[in-house]
Amino acid sequence: MQQIARLGRMGIAFTQSLGQSALLLWMALTAPPDRISREFRRLVTQLYFIGVNSVLIVMLSGLFIGMVLALQGHTVLSRFGAVEALGQLVSLTLLRELGPVVAGLLYAGRAGSAITAELGFMKATEQLSALEMMGVDPLAHVLRPRFLAGLISMPILAQIFNAIAIISAWVVSTELLGIDSGSFWANMQQVVDFREDVVNGMIKALVFGIVITWVALYQGYTAAPNTEGINRSTTRSVVISSLSVLALDFILTALMFGD
Amino acid sequence: MQQKLIEISVGLLMLAGIAAVTFLALQVSARGFGQNKGGYEVVAYFTNTSGLTDKAKVSFAGVNIGQVQSIEIVPASMKAKVSMKINKDVDYLSIDSSAVIQTAGVLGEKYVAIYPGSEDDVLEEGAEIYDTQSSMIFEDMIGKLVTNYAAKD
Repeated sequence: MQQIARLGRMGIAFTQSLGQSALLLWMALTAPPDRISREFRRLVTQLYFIGVNSVLIVMLSGLFIGMVLALQGHTVLSRFGAVEALGQLVSLTLLRELGPVVAGLLYAGRAGSAITAELGFMKATEQLSALEMMGVDPLAHVLRPRFLAGLISMPILAQIFNAIAIISAWVVSTELLGIDSGSFWANMQQVVDFREDVVNGMIKALVFGIVITWVALYQGYTAAPNTEGINRSTTRSVVISSLSVLALDFILTALMFGD
Repeated sequence: MQQKLIEISVGLLMLAGIAAVTFLALQVSARGFGQNKGGYEVVAYFTNTSGLTDKAKVSFAGVNIGQVQSIEIVPASMKAKVSMKINKDVDYLSIDSSAVIQTAGVLGEKYVAIYPGSEDDVLEEGAEIYDTQSSMIFEDMIGKLVTNYAAKD
């Protein structure tokens, strides 16, 4: 009996937080807008903290992942005498799956955790209530620009990741593995479709951006207003958003490429 | 000053994003953008195109000279019509060239190989290649081999 009750409690809590977070996002997005120039300035500031600050880690990871993919792909393909297919292996893997997912995980760790910690701290130091007291809506001023910035940043970060990874794979293939540069690109161009692969990858990244930022905002906004609460919320934000990225990736792949 | 710096770096982020997408569009998926740099279309009729797909290579003496545009069935002749886009600069294919569907390696992809003819007239927009040879089907070949072998005993 006790166990069934616990299960029920978990179900209720889950549904409740889902509804709460949806409501929070909805209220943040539909809150009456400020002057355009001010909205824009806040958005740019958040783009800096969320997007620009994540670029370096995304680029570095892209560099190494591209090189590793080329090396590993070469080991397997050379067994079948099909090393020329390395270009298409690397590009399809990156564009369809690895790019959006790894960029998403990095983004969750780098920017998502920062958003949660910042919001949690704002709540603990009563900055959010202070804003409310001054007649300023914290949803519109604090949450909305962060959400929009996350939504814009993710596709950009994912495509920067892809571009860097493909270039680094090209460098490794031609310089280290001795694959002809022309056949590397030609092979890639033959199978990669802009609409099918590049755009679908960007849609994935966009969805991940929405979910990660959403989770981070909700966790930060509902953090218990003390050190331990912020700590727990930040951890939960990264765990939940990383798992959601991986689960959503499966669903999106099934919808986009599975037929 | 601080705000200026933030705006500049966000602008750079946007530029980097645009550059990445442009790179992916032009260099990685050249199809649909880069490769439409002109060319002429020729058609060929095959009895069997098994394994040939859209965008498959068209090669001449092993060099890539174009790609397959479309494959469709012509009910009147019960044959498959393959339309190919040949690069503009390849304007020396004689009108009696032949088209053969071949396989790259044993398990590789199918492509159309063009073999030269001897006429002086060249293939132009809308021309048809009359001399064609269809896909070789691996299973059929093995089947024939087995029956031949069995007949000998």
